[in-house]
This record gives sequence, structure tokens and C-alpha cells, in this order.
Amino acid sequence: MAEAFDTSYTDQEFKVIGSRERRPDGLDKVTGRARYGADATAPGQLVGLILRSPHAHAKIKKIDTSKAEKLPGVKAVLTSADLPDLTNGNRGNFDILENCMARDRALYDGHAVAAVAAIDMETAKQALKLIKVTYKKLPHVTDVDEAMKDGAPIVHPHIKAADDQSKSTNLVNASTFGHGDTEAGFEQADFIVEESFKTEQTHQGYIEPHACLATVGADGQGELWVTTQGHFTFRSVCADLLGMDIAKLKVTSSEIGGGFGGKTHVWIEPVALALSRKTNLPVKMTMTRDEVFRATGPTASTSMDIKIGATKDGRITAATAHIRYQDGAFPGIWGMLGAMTAFACYDLENVQAVGYDVLVNRPKVAAYRAPSAPMAAFGVESCMDLMAEKVGMTPVDFRLKNAAKEGTKASYGPTYGPIGIGATLEAVKNHPHMRARLGKNQGRGMACGFWFNFGGQTCVDLNISTDGTVNLTVGTVDVGGARASMGMIAAEELGIPYEDIKVTVGDTNSLGHNDTTEGSRGTFSSGMATIFAARNAVEELRARAAQTWDIPLEDVGWEDGQAMPLGVKHNNLHPLSLKEIAKASPRTGGPIAGHNEVVADGAGVSFASHICDVEVDPETGSTKILRYTVVQDAGKAINPDYVEGQMQGAAAQGIGWALNEEYIYGADGRLENPGFLDYRIPVCSDLPMIDTQILEIPNPNHPYGIRGVGETSIVPPLAAIASAVSNAVGVRMTHTPMSPPRILKAVNEAKT
Amino acid sequence: MLEVQVSGSLRTAVSGAASIKVEAATIRELMNYLIAHYPAMQSRIDEGVAVSINGNIFRDNWSETIPEDAEVFLMPRLAGG
Repeated sequence: MAEAFDTSYTDQEFKVIGSRERRPDGLDKVTGRARYGADATAPGQLVGLILRSPHAHAKIKKIDTSKAEKLPGVKAVLTSADLPDLTNGNRGNFDILENCMARDRALYDGHAVAAVAAIDMETAKQALKLIKVTYKKLPHVTDVDEAMKDGAPIVHPHIKAADDQSKSTNLVNASTFGHGDTEAGFEQADFIVEESFKTEQTHQGYIEPHACLATVGADGQGELWVTTQGHFTFRSVCADLLGMDIAKLKVTSSEIGGGFGGKTHVWIEPVALALSRKTNLPVKMTMTRDEVFRATGPTASTSMDIKIGATKDGRITAATAHIRYQDGAFPGIWGMLGAMTAFACYDLENVQAVGYDVLVNRPKVAAYRAPSAPMAAFGVESCMDLMAEKVGMTPVDFRLKNAAKEGTKASYGPTYGPIGIGATLEAVKNHPHMRARLGKNQGRGMACGFWFNFGGQTCVDLNISTDGTVNLTVGTVDVGGARASMGMIAAEELGIPYEDIKVTVGDTNSLGHNDTTEGSRGTFSSGMATIFAARNAVEELRARAAQTWDIPLEDVGWEDGQAMPLGVKHNNLHPLSLKEIAKASPRTGGPIAGHNEVVADGAGVSFASHICDVEVDPETGSTKILRYTVVQDAGKAINPDYVEGQMQGAAAQGIGWALNEEYIYGADGRLENPGFLDYRIPVCSDLPMIDTQILEIPNPNHPYGIRGVGETSIVPPLAAIASAVSNAVGVRMTHTPMSPPRILKAVNEAKT
Repeated sequence: MLEVQVSGSLRTAVSGAASIKVEAATIRELMNYLIAHYPAMQSRIDEGVAVSINGNIFRDNWSETIPEDAEVFLMPRLAGG
């Protein structure tokens, strides 16, 4: 068993950490040399395409592939018959299989029903047209509240009601979190705020569509080049679904053009591998934007009821939330996460949050940056503002009075250690942004957000070359500058320049399993493993120096990239640099390396508070973001540039979610806006410079004090912008996105 | 004897109990106890669970020790983006 290192925070002095080194992938990305999912080719590769259901819900009575199979140039046609159920009773894996290729029913508009592999794109497109699917349309439901009603069309008949096993239901789970006595708490309140909210479904909006190149030979050996947040997880899932040996499937992650949770799940990859296995030729698949919208995993739409009670002096006495998340066509944990995060910012004696996971005829919901938390925060934070007004306090002071702190029992159960919600609120209170004057039709809002952050299984390798440069191989996909951070950590530990470190994301044959880059875990987990791998390498470097000097190991120290002889008796010896030890390594025992595998648990929770100013055009209802400030507790910022980038990116996505983005379904259950012209994400001209303030409250469970960074700041924007818009127009906005028609409707309704 | 608080949807696997008494010094011993005394927990553990010990959430490290007076929450495995 590997030596266990102490993961406790040590408050060490840094020389490299905290600087703004350039990311090593930057040049490739700006010159077009970086290779993304669609940039791989192989000799003799085929084009794979998928035929998708045009119906929201339909029985698949028959699929006639005969004409397509006879078309010259078509090498394979695939249906669910080619993907037998090998999941051995694992319902979660079966759901993945059924989502990748419909079996007896199409469950949403865009659900895959067949696939082809052909010699070129034109032939593949022609083949899709020759596949004849006989459907029987079934009743559908796409709205979360409608799906919970008695008599609603049922998405999965095998899912039964918790209180009546004879009755099928769309309600998969109701997850309750909280403590105390909320009824008694509301009785103690001088004021009650009770409001309902809705949020529409949004997509992560990553610019790079899903793409892969799959190769499976007759010997059962396979390779997959793919854009993914977790190539090890993709390997395990694909191998399980297709009955392959895990070690015989090599998965290489390409550069990734955005993921934000949407690339933690498989969609086309098992189909591409199955087509390749059927043809024994490489198969390349690239989704169109239409397919990305219709058939990958957006986040949930929600409907919720929030109630908060408080005394005249501004102390919350009780709070409840009932939040309904639509999971799409397959069960998820999104309601549970919403219930856990809803009141996590506050110190509450009596609190209860219930999250409902509900099935509808929409694509399977996937994780999206702090999944489920932004919607819950929209409702809760909006009510916090309403209550602040009732008790006559500023929104910041009311939150400060009720903020969670070290020792608070979190609304989802555990007791907090050192946390930063209070510090972010104090920073907001003292920020010049809060004192800036507002003009006509302008409004200001602020809101808080919480995210857990996770760690997980992690494995890295560090190899020192004979010239003293270093290869560091990590297994977590770099979604936001992590290679720079890992290089900086290795440089810090070894005591050599950052420029001497080359960081690579290794394929699945190169390292032990690494969990997916999700839950803001990349820098926390691989950073921890890199520290320990480097310390292992330093042990070996010291041993080589001891051998060279012929002195005991304990007489050799390590400082500033050099082995140092310790003690007066060795003062005739000169320090040996890492370069000198590396150069001599062939004659002192061979290659010098460090390795570490770790289950990096203990990721610290994170909080953010945001400020937003908007101007709303009273004639058109159009909203302009005038100024936006993000304050976040990030733990130790390894590279502040990329921490700020995460905070700004998360805020930008939240701005789009709040103002424009929305899946629009017609009465026929079909998605009406599957493209970036009709589904509008913010572009640079829509956004001001997003100001940031990093608070470095160390995580006690990481040697450097690192917390996760990437997700938390997508949580507050919906609520912060809603309050700003509400303050600008004088009407409380309760439905996102706050698009111009929705703002005008709310204003006009308030007048009548 | 530890008092383990059971969160959210996991309660159905422990006969609806909000908390249970468990003899365990590590997460592994806790899991073994749950499987032995609550067979319905087996499938929930297979799907993934997390354990919060004094506020720190552990998803995978079953060797983690649990202090005698620790605050322990059992919750479904969480996912992020």
C-alpha cells in the first residue's frame, strides 16, 4: 500500500503558487493547432450518423433498415437490437443504454432510434432517409407541474408511487432535508414571505459539440478519441454497456471546448464503438448543434414554493422550500441536490427543503455547473430580499444577520467547519460597487450562493528527464487552466522553474483510474496528488544525492531545487541541483520518478456573493447588465488568472440563464429553438467587464488550502439579476429567463 | 456506538429511520454494518453513497476513521458539473 501523506493545511510560504503563469495550452488554442473531439482522423474511417425521433413520446412498432443496408457505401446500420442488455440488473446503466438508443419507445423529441456508418457524409445522410420507422404516437408531457398531476402521461411505467406500488408515477423521488420544527418557527415570526417561482430549462451551451472517433478491432481491442470531462468514466461505462474488457478499451480525451457538466455523460460514444465493432473500421461521429440541443443533457426546468418567516429584528425563525425539478426522461438526483443547497448559506433553527425529481418527455437532464443550486437560490434569495424589505434592513445586512458560520448546522445536515459566506457578504457590503449611484430605469441586486465541491479518485505520474525537465501526467481533464496550476504545484514542490514542467492529460492506458472532472474537483484532487508525487520524487532525488556523496539519507535536505548536505561534518560538500542529479541518474539507479494515487476527499465547501446593476428599457423590456461584481471564497488561488476566469465564466452563464436562455417546446412536445440563433447565449457585447474579488479562506483538508472554484459563482446570478430587474421596474420577477416579453408582461399585469 | 443521521431518500432503505445506532470505527465498518442490518442498503451503496464526518464529505475513502463522538451523516452520492 502506498505511503499515506498528511493532507492537512500547513500554511506554507509559496514561491510559485499565487503567480499568474501562462497556460501551456494557450498557444495551441489561439493558433488552431489544438485538437478537439472532431479533429482526429484514421485511415478508412467511416461517418456515423444517428436517426432521431421526431415525436415526444411514441411506441416504436417497427424499424425497417433493409433499404438503407443495400445502399452502396453503407457499412452498417444499427438499432437497439445490436445493443443487447448486458447491464445485469443495473438500472442506472440500463437507463444510459436506453438513452443512447431507444428500445421499444421513443421518450423525447431527438431520442436516438437507429444509426448508420457509411463511407462519407452524403451516403450516411441518404441512408438515414431510407430507414423506415413505424411509430405509434403516445400522449406526452413536458411540463414539470403537469407531469405530477394524476392522469399525466407516464414516462416509465415501471416506476411506481412510493405509497402505492400498483400505480405508476412520474415522481421518482422526494428528498427531504432540514431540522427543527418549521411550524413552530413560523408561529414565532412577525413577518412571513411566501412566493412561487419558475425557471425554464437551459443548456450548458458549450461551443464544441460532442464528437468522437471510435475504433474496435476483430480482436476486441478498442480505442476512443473523445471530447469528455472524464475519459476514465467513459471507458468504464462504454465497456460495461458493450461487454468489453475495461483494460482493452483505451480512451484519450481531446482538448475540450467547454463541458460544464454536459460532458460527464456518454451520448454518442457507445453507438460509435458499436458501429465500429460491427464494421471493424474506425467510425467518426460529430453531433450537429440541433442534436446537441435535442439529445444531450440540459439542466432541469423547475417550479417551486418558498416560505420564510422572520422576527421584526431580522432573525429568520423558519424556512421551507418545495422544489420540483424535471429530470427529463430518465431519473436523476437533481431535486435532491436542490433541496440540499437551497438554504445552505444560512444559520437556521427550523428549516425544511423538499426536492422532487420528476420525469417528463424531454432529454435526460445532465449536470450543469453546481447542478440544481442556481434554481433553488433564485427562489430562496428572492424571498430573502422580500423579507429584508419587510423588516426594514438592507439585503446585505439581513443576510449577514442570518449567515451560516463555523459551527452552524447546515440545512442539509452536517456542521460547518471554517467557511466564507460571512466574509463574502462583508466584502460586498464594503465594495465601492454598492455605493455607486443608479440612474433612471436602473436597479441593483445582490445574492448569495453555495456549492459543496468534491474530490475523488486521482492518480498522477511525475517523471524527471536527464536534463532536469519534468513530465507531469495527470488524469483529470483540463477544463479551465488546470495544466498551468498542476505545473505550478510541481514547480513549487521541486523548487524548479514552471517552464521546466510539461503537463499532459494522460490517456486511460497511462494511469490508474481518475474520476471525472466534475464537482470543481480538478485542481483540488490532482493538485493534492501532484504534491505527493513530487514529494515522492524529492525523496528519490535526496537518495541519489546521498548515494553520490556517500552519506546517510537523513543527512540530505531539499531546498530551492537542490539537495543540501546537512550538518557541519558535511560542509565540504556542495549542493547538488535537480539538474545535476537528473543528469547523473543513469549511473545512480536509473530514471527518477514520483507517483501518487489518492482518494482526495475533504474538499471544502464554497460560497459566493454577487452584486449586479441593470437598466431595463421600459418600452421594449430589454435588460442591459451595467455592472457586475463577483466575490467568492476560493480557498488558496493557485493561479489567480484562472480562478478569476472561472468566476467570470460562471457569472456570464448565469446572466444568460437569467435573461435569455430557454428551451421552448411546442404543444406537440418538440423543441422549437435548437440552435444558437433562437436560443441566445450571451456574447461579449452583452456583458460588461465582470469584476472579481477572491477571498482565500483556506480549506483545512488540503496541504495548500485549495477549495473548488469552478461552480459556485453560477449560483447567485439568477437571483441577483432578478432583484436588480425587480428594483428597476418595480415588480418582483419570479420567472426566468427574464426575457423582454416576460418583463413587459409582468409590468403590464402589475398596472392592471 | 455512533449515531448516524440518514439523509433524504436513503431513509426508505433503513425502514424510514432518521437516525440509526451503529458500531463502527471506519466508513468500511459502517457500510458493512448497514448491509448486514439493512439489506435494502446494498443496492443504495452500489449506486453510491457519501458519508459526512464532522462536516467533511467522503465519497470514496472507506478507510477513513470515524471518531467516537463524531457527527455522521449518510447521504446519497452527490454529483457536480
